[in-house]
Amino acid sequence: MQLDSKIPDGPLSEKWDRHRFELKLVNPANKTKSKIIVVGTGLAGASASATLAELGYEVMTFCIQDSPRRAHSIAAQGGINAAKNYQNDGDSIWRLFYDTIKGGDFRSREANVYRLAQISNNIIDQCVAQGVPFAREYGGQLANRSFGGAQVSRTFYARGQTGQQLLLGAYGSLSRQIAAGKVRLFTRREMLDLVVIDGKARGIIARNLVSGELEKHAADAVVLASGGYGNAFYLSTNAMGSNISAAFASYRKGASFANPCFVQIHPTCIPVHGTYQSKLTLMSESLRNDGRVWVPRSPEDRRPPDQIPETERDYYLEEKYPRFGNLVPRDVASRRAKVQCDMGKGVGDTRLAVYLDLKDAIEKDGRDVIARKYGNLFEMYEKITAQDPYETPMMIYPAVHYTMGGLWVDYNLMSTIPGLFVLGEANFSDHGANRLGASALMQGLADGYFIIPYSIGDYLAKSSHDTAREDHSAFNESSLQVETRIKKLLSIGGKRTVDDFHRELGHILWENCGMTRKEKDLKKAKKLIADLRAEFWENVLVGGTGKGFNQSLEKAGRVADFLQFGELMVMDALERKESCGCHFNEDFQTDEHEALRDDENFCHVSAWEYRGEGSKPKFHKEPLEFENVELTQRSYK
Amino acid sequence: MTKAGNKSCINLKLKVWRQKGPDVKGRFETYKARDVSTNMSFLEMLDVVNEEMILSGKDPIAFDHDCREGICGACGTMVNGRAHGPEKGTTLCQLHMRHFSNGDTVIIEPWRSRAFKVVKDLVLDRSVFDKIIQAGGYISVNTGGAPDGNAIPVPQESAEKAMDAAACIGCGACVAACPNASAMLFVGAKVSQFTLLPQGLPEAKKRALAMIGKMDELGFGNCTNETECEKECPKEISIENIARMNREFLKAGLS
Repeated sequence: MQLDSKIPDGPLSEKWDRHRFELKLVNPANKTKSKIIVVGTGLAGASASATLAELGYEVMTFCIQDSPRRAHSIAAQGGINAAKNYQNDGDSIWRLFYDTIKGGDFRSREANVYRLAQISNNIIDQCVAQGVPFAREYGGQLANRSFGGAQVSRTFYARGQTGQQLLLGAYGSLSRQIAAGKVRLFTRREMLDLVVIDGKARGIIARNLVSGELEKHAADAVVLASGGYGNAFYLSTNAMGSNISAAFASYRKGASFANPCFVQIHPTCIPVHGTYQSKLTLMSESLRNDGRVWVPRSPEDRRPPDQIPETERDYYLEEKYPRFGNLVPRDVASRRAKVQCDMGKGVGDTRLAVYLDLKDAIEKDGRDVIARKYGNLFEMYEKITAQDPYETPMMIYPAVHYTMGGLWVDYNLMSTIPGLFVLGEANFSDHGANRLGASALMQGLADGYFIIPYSIGDYLAKSSHDTAREDHSAFNESSLQVETRIKKLLSIGGKRTVDDFHRELGHILWENCGMTRKEKDLKKAKKLIADLRAEFWENVLVGGTGKGFNQSLEKAGRVADFLQFGELMVMDALERKESCGCHFNEDFQTDEHEALRDDENFCHVSAWEYRGEGSKPKFHKEPLEFENVELTQRSYK
Repeated sequence: MTKAGNKSCINLKLKVWRQKGPDVKGRFETYKARDVSTNMSFLEMLDVVNEEMILSGKDPIAFDHDCREGICGACGTMVNGRAHGPEKGTTLCQLHMRHFSNGDTVIIEPWRSRAFKVVKDLVLDRSVFDKIIQAGGYISVNTGGAPDGNAIPVPQESAEKAMDAAACIGCGACVAACPNASAMLFVGAKVSQFTLLPQGLPEAKKRALAMIGKMDELGFGNCTNETECEKECPKEISIENIARMNREFLKAGLS
């Protein structure tokens, strides 16, 4: 297998325009004859479904939730970046491109990131036209705020519910196409296999989660927008249903998986408070605009926060990074919080927390202004912790939030299986080793609204194949395999619940492949995960039957995939013998304990090719070439 | 972990609606929830009960949930007759057990409405909400060709009010709380969002008529100003939005 990124020639700023011109167009009459399956209805999936249907394609859209509006993009809080330069503070497409590529610690493709920055402006226009209620200035203009890793104010927002509003915008457009009969919507369906015929993606096997029936759906191309794999860690800010199964089924069918060890751990989440805990809640990074992060200077200081005088507080981000202060990128902020807690300076009962204090901002701007910016976040915090952030500083700790790794795609967002396209968090493409705040929404919508509509046309125009039929033997084989696996899961009848295995896997990954990594720990984790996976297939207790609604069975399939994926993640972390962005290997750090990249040997994308159960996946490198930016040590001082 | 008797741990009696499918009769079953930490969320309490049930070979309680941070709108049941439980402006996933006392009996049942069919136990089919949105809950604009975002100024006050309405999470609590099982708050919120924004005006009349028509067709009741919806809405959406929708409906009918 050869990894061909298909990056167009020419100067960086002209690549996308030139490429769009070179892409083949599909005759409007032929579009109505082409069927496209879209899996997932988050920002990427909903925007892709709507846009492809508007162009005339026949679209079939699948989601595991009861409604497409519930996809987890809905939970994104802070905002979406665009290079509009409305604030006249020196922003530009080039600056957004540079910040993003630097923020990703130079482990993403120049051409992809530049295109993302270019498209960012169209996204804002599109969403405004859809009626997304972005925050406004008194004069009626769009308001902006700044976000981690940037010194300009380029983030557009709708209170702390930006993801919700953008998703409802895309869901509205999708709904319009459903009403027009251009999209057929399948809710409560889980994609359990990708069907490949003559080397091309030609359909999916989906389980109807209500009836339990396995369904065969054929198409001319499959678009996967199924999100990230943060839930491998059990506790994360992801929704309970977020999973890797659709992406991993595609991996098993030949789609290479890129950079699985790149996992973003978000610095500002509500700390863990009990073993029964099912998920972690994010407090938007935007709070760091006005909030100051601190811990007591002395590990012995157990006084309540209001009794600790200013001089005995350690505002460690402001001290260490005077230029960016509390606005350093997420990976840096997270690691620094861990370092403080490892030194015994953590606060709260578990001592695994730091303060995020908005007192100064409330005094300066008044309670009303702060409430308008963060009111819903404060309420959410109070509901969970029973503490009032207007009165006492919030306690926060890092948590697994987003996954930069994902299925490998070329510049057209096509995976290593022709006809399988991957969008949004499910692909690996734009964020390198660390994603900057407010750029996930940007990428999901760029992929769905403005890239896939062009690139899929080129594939369909050039690809000659017969109309796919559900009675093809490949569908029967896939369906049979899925059915066999479901039967196996149900028949084990062991002694441990699915959640019990999931919790243990999460613990192994968090301890050994989390904020910091060491070769010794990673090797240990690899063995532990293999053992746990073996035990799972002998000792899991699922209960119920395959017929009808069975949430334990749904989870069992997902955890089975996470167990297999966990090994891949650890393998990838072991292979990358450097530190970059979120991947911090303690053996590779500067004198000031920052990530030490090895551009000589690791300036590449790692892509893993499945070679069958029991065989080590094959490792491939896609070298990253930087022609327009200079690779520097990332500094936020 | 602390045990019951300790202040941070409680024991509860749960009466839970069990129903195998849409066409099967359901009934309440009683379960014990022991040593419930008061820091748990309501759904985490159900997780623990379910895990015990799986281990003892029983069918766990089916309930919808996803984000567990109050925004996806998937979760929601009646808790002692209140939609999403006793706390104001709170989804079920954000309701914490510290609001219950040791020895409490907690009655848990699905939203009751002709328009929402039970899938299993507490899980509902709320696809009727999607159908209402499909009838006109959007601005008809294709991707591409949108003017610059700042070419359409929106007064800050209008944007804020539109956002108040747009905060709806589509959970269905308003329908469950209403004695008429009306969806007027849900529909009013969407109609209002677009009426308050200049982008939404060209289709305002058509939208109000289409969405209200669809709501009636799907079997939701009418509004008789009970205001229960506003009280129980986890996003505290105001019934002012229903008034605004009624105005739009009237205007559309008059022209």
